Amino acid sequence: MNKKTLFISVSLILIVAFIAAVTIFQTEETSKNKNVSSDNLNIIERENAPTKGSEDARVTIVEFFDPACETCQVFYPLVNDLIKKYPGKVKVMMRYAPFHQGSDQVVKLLEAAHIQGQFWPALDILFANQQSWTRHHVARPKIAIALLKDLPLDHEKFIHDASSDTIIQSIIQDVEDGKTLKVRATPQFFVNDKPLTNFGYAQLTQLVEQAIAEVY
Amino acid sequence: MNQISTSDTIQKEWLALFLVWILATISTIASLFFSEIVKLPVCVLCWYQRIAMYPLVLILPLALFPFDAKISRYAGVLVLSGWLTALFHVLLVAGYIPKNAQPCVQNIPCSETHLNVFGFLNMPMMSLLTFSIMGLLLLFVKKSEPS
Repeated sequence: MNKKTLFISVSLILIVAFIAAVTIFQTEETSKNKNVSSDNLNIIERENAPTKGSEDARVTIVEFFDPACETCQVFYPLVNDLIKKYPGKVKVMMRYAPFHQGSDQVVKLLEAAHIQGQFWPALDILFANQQSWTRHHVARPKIAIALLKDLPLDHEKFIHDASSDTIIQSIIQDVEDGKTLKVRATPQFFVNDKPLTNFGYAQLTQLVEQAIAEVY
Repeated sequence: MNQISTSDTIQKEWLALFLVWILATISTIASLFFSEIVKLPVCVLCWYQRIAMYPLVLILPLALFPFDAKISRYAGVLVLSGWLTALFHVLLVAGYIPKNAQPCVQNIPCSETHLNVFGFLNMPMMSLLTFSIMGLLLLFVKKSEPS
């Protein structure tokens, strides 16, 4: 066989093998991942985790997020829009997935603000100023604390709570559940227990619309 | 006549280099498949090995057409650095190097492996094996180099 023919045929075989592997994997994955394994259904939501939207809403978006994650920040207004677009029908629950270095300290602050009912205003501030308290994907909790100074919080309690056992337990719970649910990147969404497998805003909207059509 | 037969028949050295290219390409495709499609996390050490592996896919064909034995010098430096990183990685996974010596990002520890074939072939082991074979084949190619 000619050298060039050999080279080209082997190249083609490898390319075809790659495309075949990708196609097979993705078909299997979508059929497998449509639903979370039934053993894990009860850990998608956590009692007392911060939520927004009507309590009676029958569609729940659970978002595993990291306050230092840029994509989470980009998705934040979009998720808010979804709640506004379907008033009373959609609510969102936030769960912590502090993947960035230093984020573990910042989510403690958020959870401490949550105890005083200030989770959402605190998150608003952190996302709006994400550039100022993260540098090179490393969160800087001290700057984050300074940013949260203006919130109507009992600050002594806030700082004390941030290192309390209850809060640490809640965060450990989120991190553990995230691991079990195979949350490897943020944001990861679950809509009425169905994971968003194909990432994107249009896909999230579609999943929410599907869920609404199912329960309303 | 002679001219034609040398360019058409496949010499052993050419085949050896071709094999190195096949190994590099399979490694590249497989590693991209696992990180981009299966979404397995990639640790820092894996990245260093990728840096040594990926360029070979593009460089080696240039030395196949026409055959150029000098490539063993240029490809060799990549293979050697990849081999050393892979060796470090294997020792780390096996526990011979203390964990605090690892240059790893949080949540992606290099000392954890995801794949295990036949119980001993994990990713760094496969990488070490591949770089070793590539190195030996390149040595074989080098021997044909006119001095």
